[in-house]
Amino acid sequence: MSVETGTDPVTDSTEVNDETATAASAKGDTAPGTARAPDAGPAPSSVTMTKALNHALRDSLADDDTVLVFGEDVGRLGGVFRVTEGLRAEFGSNRVWDSPLAESGIIGTAIGMAMNGMRPVVEMQFDAYAYPAFEQIVSHVAKMRNRTKGRVSLPITIRIPYAGDIGGVEHHSDSSEAYWTSTPGLTVITPSNPADAYSLLRESIASDDPVVFMEPKSRYWMKETLSLPVSTAPMNRAQVIREGTDATLLAYGPTVRTALDSAEAGAEHGLSIEVIDLRTLSPFDDETVSESVRKTSRAAIIHEAAQFGGYGAEVAARLTERNFPYLSAPILRVAGFDVPYPSPKLEEFYLPTVERVLDALESWDWEL
Amino acid sequence: MTIDVPTTGRSLPQLQPISFIGADGRLTDTPTEGLRIPSDATLTGLYRQMVLVRRFEAQVTHLTRQGRLATYPSAAGQEAAEVGATTALAPNDWLFPTYRDSAALLTRGVPVAEILAAFRGDWHCGFDPHEYHASPAATPLATQTLHATGFAMAAKLKGEDAATLTFLGDGASSEGDTHEAFNFASVWQTPTVFVLQNNQYAISTPLREQTNATMLADRAAGYGMPGLRVDGNDVAAVFAAVAAALARGRNGDGPTLIECLTYRMESHTNSDDPTKYRDAEEVEHWKQFDPIDRLERYLRQTGALDDSTVAEVAEAAETLAASVRDAMNQEAEVDPRELFAHVYATPRAALAEEQQVLEAELAAAGHA
Repeated sequence: MSVETGTDPVTDSTEVNDETATAASAKGDTAPGTARAPDAGPAPSSVTMTKALNHALRDSLADDDTVLVFGEDVGRLGGVFRVTEGLRAEFGSNRVWDSPLAESGIIGTAIGMAMNGMRPVVEMQFDAYAYPAFEQIVSHVAKMRNRTKGRVSLPITIRIPYAGDIGGVEHHSDSSEAYWTSTPGLTVITPSNPADAYSLLRESIASDDPVVFMEPKSRYWMKETLSLPVSTAPMNRAQVIREGTDATLLAYGPTVRTALDSAEAGAEHGLSIEVIDLRTLSPFDDETVSESVRKTSRAAIIHEAAQFGGYGAEVAARLTERNFPYLSAPILRVAGFDVPYPSPKLEEFYLPTVERVLDALESWDWEL
Repeated sequence: MTIDVPTTGRSLPQLQPISFIGADGRLTDTPTEGLRIPSDATLTGLYRQMVLVRRFEAQVTHLTRQGRLATYPSAAGQEAAEVGATTALAPNDWLFPTYRDSAALLTRGVPVAEILAAFRGDWHCGFDPHEYHASPAATPLATQTLHATGFAMAAKLKGEDAATLTFLGDGASSEGDTHEAFNFASVWQTPTVFVLQNNQYAISTPLREQTNATMLADRAAGYGMPGLRVDGNDVAAVFAAVAAALARGRNGDGPTLIECLTYRMESHTNSDDPTKYRDAEEVEHWKQFDPIDRLERYLRQTGALDDSTVAEVAEAAETLAASVRDAMNQEAEVDPRELFAHVYATPRAALAEEQQVLEAELAAAGHA
């Protein structure tokens, strides 16, 4: 079913990703809340996001016998993105195994396992391939706890590689976050860097709430120098990763890089731009974000998903409702166009770029 | 030279439904695939429970017409499948029912008010699944078949001596989740019994427009699991088939599909109008296959049942009906604040804010 274009085209863009990754890592070293290595941890080394995720799964499997990892090709192959590489060999096929190719089946059986005391961590191979599981996720994963007055919790982690910029053919680049964030009962998390990928995945697996854990594919090969295990800011909290005074850029997953680059470019034009990595999309960290927006009085949110009815619409609305007297300008959305995700040769025209972000900033009346 | 594949190991169910006690109350000469008729003591217990369940269904349907419940899908006519299958469960097994399986929940020991809480509109599930080893009744079709499979998979991984039983209908047999559950259960060899109650209608759609297969039990062969077709109105056949399938599952021999041929005597729910899609003659025709009449006749022949026992059971049924009336005539206490209490294990600030909005509305309206 899955066209595994994810792997090869991505190799082509690895150089680019490495470059940006290094830049991110360099910035990350001075950003507040950067990964803290434990006192007696191993020596820091260069770690990709896939490696960090793999490490998190390994540590969770080792720490808790009820953690199970299953899905399409996650066993022998180690997943099409190799996030589960080596886990079957290490923990055995009773803990890590290949399931039949059916996403509703994967989520539906994970529900039953969770009802029977397990903590399943399941993979939807690509964003758009999670859609067959939509009913199980929305009607049961999200609602079981409420339906049973808290008597049945479903500590399931649903890993979804998402978003584009990897040269993927159709159905391999969707940003599906708004489907999940508009569903009460789900916690939705998306890391933008290897340290958060490790720390947030560990927390997600340990959480008694079901988590949709969205992994930005274009950041999978991003490298960061760190020691694992690592503990970053807690889940459910956003993080200011670059301080500024003139405007706030909100980003998550794949667009955090875009936001940081835009802030850098803005600085060349004399703008002091604050960047917030949302990290958790649901719940939304009103406190951290509102504090920043009140300080800067201007904000824009960047995402790859189409703009209309997207996650940015909710963010712009609630920030406006809560902070209107502090705002000097409308909160803007810098997003993908309202068209289906394009083919590889056209995606660069679709994705929000630094230029599109800067154009948005320029559209504000800076005299106010 | 031909492709080298196994050419044995596939078997189809016998065409004639397995039946011990015919509609005339006499033993049949139908082949029973090695199953044996339950003891008179067991059958007497099943008789008693079927009478109770029929009175329960009639009473609840009546109360629904009076407006005491929002809606009610009755399983009248299907008592043998409901009671026969559920009674075969061991305490440690789990039941995964649908909205039409209140009779099964009653048989499982769930209190009347807790079964009916959902249909009265008090809360989506009124009982504690862990207390009765019964999952909330699934309303979305066929989704629970996967939960039963996953639960059984966890039981298998943990080495628990437990099996799962799920009900589904002829309509649900067309759903994709049914296919996925059959497949996952068979590939994983989970201790799961699928009891397919073929009651001839999915709301108004007759079986012949649901499937072109000779029988639904044939599907089992396509998944590499045993399939049986039983006279679903012969409680002896249902009980024996399900008990054997549960034992198979607990013994590590995987899942079983059991198609129970039966008939929905009532409308789909109280808001349905069956005169639009089936005629009275058809309903009359099925009355001659009534599950309770035939068992009573049989047990009177064997001497296991006499007038006094029949009268005692009828009295117990009236006592149950009275308790149903009492339970449904009491107004259930619902607390609007509970809307927020069970959605997440981890409290959310934004939800607390919304609760304050409701509290203010309640205070303004004079609620305590």
